[in-house]
Amino acid sequence: MDNEVSQIFEPRRLATLRKWLTIFGPFLGLFVVILLFALLTGSPEKYLSLFNIRIVLSQTVIVAISAIGMTLIIISGGIDLSVGSTIALSGVVTALCINSSLDPIAAVGAGIAVGGLVGCINGVVITRLRVVPFIATLGMLGVARGAAKWIANQEPVNVDPTWVNNLVVTIPDPSWILLAPSVWITVLLAIVMAVVLRNPVFGRRVFAIGSNEAAARACGISTDRLKIWIYTLAGLFFGLSGVMQMSRLRQGDPTVAAGTELDVIAAVVIGGGSLSGGHGTILGTIVGALIMSFLRNGCQQMGWANYVQEIIIGAIIVIAVAIDQLQSRRS
Amino acid sequence: MPVLELRDIRKAFGKTTALDGLNLSLSAGEVHALIGENGAGKSTLMNIIAGTIGPDSGSIQVNGSPYTPASPLDARKHRIALIHQELSILPHLSVSENIVIGAENSRFGWLDRREMIRRAEGVLSNFDHPDIKPQTPAGKLSTAAQQVVEICRALAANAEIILMDEPTSSLQGDDVRRLFTLIRKLKNDGISIIYISHFLEEIREIADSYTVIRDGKDVSEGQIKDITDDLLISQMVGRPVDNLFPSRKPRSEPGEILLEVRNLSAPPRLLNADLELRAGEILGIAGLVGAGRSNLVRAVFGLEKARAGTILIRGREAPARNGRPSTRVSEGIGYLSEDRKAEGLALPLSLADNVTMTRFSSCARFGWIDLATQRRQTENLIKNVGVRARNAIQPVSTLSGGNQQKIAMARLIHQEADVLLLDEPTRGVDIGSKAKIYETIAELADGGKAILMVSSYLPELFGMCDRLAVMTRGRLSKSLSIAEWTPELVLQTAIGSSREHAPIETNGQ
Repeated sequence: MDNEVSQIFEPRRLATLRKWLTIFGPFLGLFVVILLFALLTGSPEKYLSLFNIRIVLSQTVIVAISAIGMTLIIISGGIDLSVGSTIALSGVVTALCINSSLDPIAAVGAGIAVGGLVGCINGVVITRLRVVPFIATLGMLGVARGAAKWIANQEPVNVDPTWVNNLVVTIPDPSWILLAPSVWITVLLAIVMAVVLRNPVFGRRVFAIGSNEAAARACGISTDRLKIWIYTLAGLFFGLSGVMQMSRLRQGDPTVAAGTELDVIAAVVIGGGSLSGGHGTILGTIVGALIMSFLRNGCQQMGWANYVQEIIIGAIIVIAVAIDQLQSRRS
Repeated sequence: MPVLELRDIRKAFGKTTALDGLNLSLSAGEVHALIGENGAGKSTLMNIIAGTIGPDSGSIQVNGSPYTPASPLDARKHRIALIHQELSILPHLSVSENIVIGAENSRFGWLDRREMIRRAEGVLSNFDHPDIKPQTPAGKLSTAAQQVVEICRALAANAEIILMDEPTSSLQGDDVRRLFTLIRKLKNDGISIIYISHFLEEIREIADSYTVIRDGKDVSEGQIKDITDDLLISQMVGRPVDNLFPSRKPRSEPGEILLEVRNLSAPPRLLNADLELRAGEILGIAGLVGAGRSNLVRAVFGLEKARAGTILIRGREAPARNGRPSTRVSEGIGYLSEDRKAEGLALPLSLADNVTMTRFSSCARFGWIDLATQRRQTENLIKNVGVRARNAIQPVSTLSGGNQQKIAMARLIHQEADVLLLDEPTRGVDIGSKAKIYETIAELADGGKAILMVSSYLPELFGMCDRLAVMTRGRLSKSLSIAEWTPELVLQTAIGSSREHAPIETNGQ
């Protein structure tokens, strides 16, 4: 009988292995993708050259910055579908501000602030009007996109050259900083947010409401106020993505980034975030975003058609979540 | 001076009155039992005190000064803590985080982890529970351990008044005793406790004073030692309850064997179970929570994969290893889940949809549901099982727990199943509804149905069953006639303490 009882508990070593697998699963995925394309393209030195890595990283920036914000929202058990529209709106606002001969710093600040405002409105609608996040932000997807087109007069806003245009360049100037300024900004923000989620009270409360909202409220957390903060903070990140998008195109295009929200959500989910809340890490999210970029870049290098990338990335999202599910079911 | 005093509290939700001029007074350092049927207004009252909802009128005083909480945060500031019936654990957070949540030690928003763990260890040391470590994710703990964490949360917040809403509903023997030891300790420290429970035995053991609530009013109060159980029950129900368990028609000869289970295994929770179930009899399954009782009925019903074994339904072999609920239903087996909310009922759907769900064909023609027929069938059935409801199309979620459970019973009757697997059929149900559910079960058995009843409540097993078997760590004992069992023997067998006396089948392995 004792033997059977011990069967109930899983051997300790296996449990540890599984724990490491959950943490490093996304890394493993990234490694496999890079290795695969390095071999497939037949010239690893080209695929892994500084030049190509610079391209991939600067392509990742826009999704990665937004995905940091989205990680917060998803951990708290929410969702935001208005990311793409917010990016477009904040890009247009930044461009218009630069053109009105505002200091570029102020213009960038305005772009980020617009994102924060949109997020704040989302948060207020979700908490005060009791609209579920999916619907509230679906509405905002339309409203923000419309607003962007409206203030841009339905056409791209070209900007005069300033330093803002150099944020996302492939080859940075000065070249000793190796990677574009936006890449460094992303790394910095990722580190800051990873710490914010781990240590301060705020971060733990984000996990708390995602884990069990009713219990969090009963424990004296003002869940409504916390949610408004989460959506606002995430909005600031979407706004910064908008600035980067404007910098990359060198114009504020009100029709840009349609569908980006899905890439952003995919990055979080591939990185181990759970749409039911309570789970997710910044590091995982960044790796998730990188997996998608390296895949896209690899497919391009192979000369594969666009639809091939779309199919592969779609499959990867499902596989990543399926693996997650299998693991949690077994444990 | 009472630490907590409620005067003439009223609260209505739409047209339903939950509290209708309720008074309650709690003295320092006493355990005050709140007794009443489900739907009497106890939970509403708890939520008002805890600041989750506000009363329509009435006054509350804490330590002599007015208390009007606008949120659970206010309640916390007044040192009032509510321990919910449904555990409010944050599964993804660690034990220590769960304990300090809402009142974290921090400097400029920065969490002081060391202090947090020290505080958690401080309150955890009140319990003799070495498995609960501050760093463990709370979701990995057993239900009993999670309850301990919740109580620690209240202690860490320096609560002076603790409201406990059926705290033992998810606990077993030893843990109940631990909880009572702790409650006595809290009482000695001057903490006042409001204790809600359906179990009069518990109340008698732990409470000093009581208030009985019926239909949102306090109908009586006093010292628990001054009142008899019978009187308490009659005050709760509002009428005398002479006999909780219905008398059964004695059968002249044993019925046909409807269900036969041989060697059914779904390791680790179910090992080589054998049983026979005849038409017209009630077979009880006793045992500790986690002993595998639910796994047994779930494996029979195909909700859990069996690894080996044979199931015979009316003598015909039914696939045991890859059985599915859909085929079991067509073979005439019905299942009542122990988890009414998550698995038993579709709460947002109407009574009619819930009752007819397993056999829509009875009220449909060419795939179209005939709503009039569906309603008529439902109305007849809910009258039979004694559901108090406005109509057949109101959502099940609007009913009290007891009435919800009767709807689940009505569905089994509508399904016309011959073999009924009932898992904790009266869990979280008030006494009045219990009596009605017992009556329904007895009627079904007398009508020739075969009934398997899993329960943690020994009196109900002894009151209802013809035969009884006990489950211990995945193994099912021989089923013996109820006359051959005593509560002590059941408990001994369940704990597995006296293997040589207890009739446990080991099947050679």
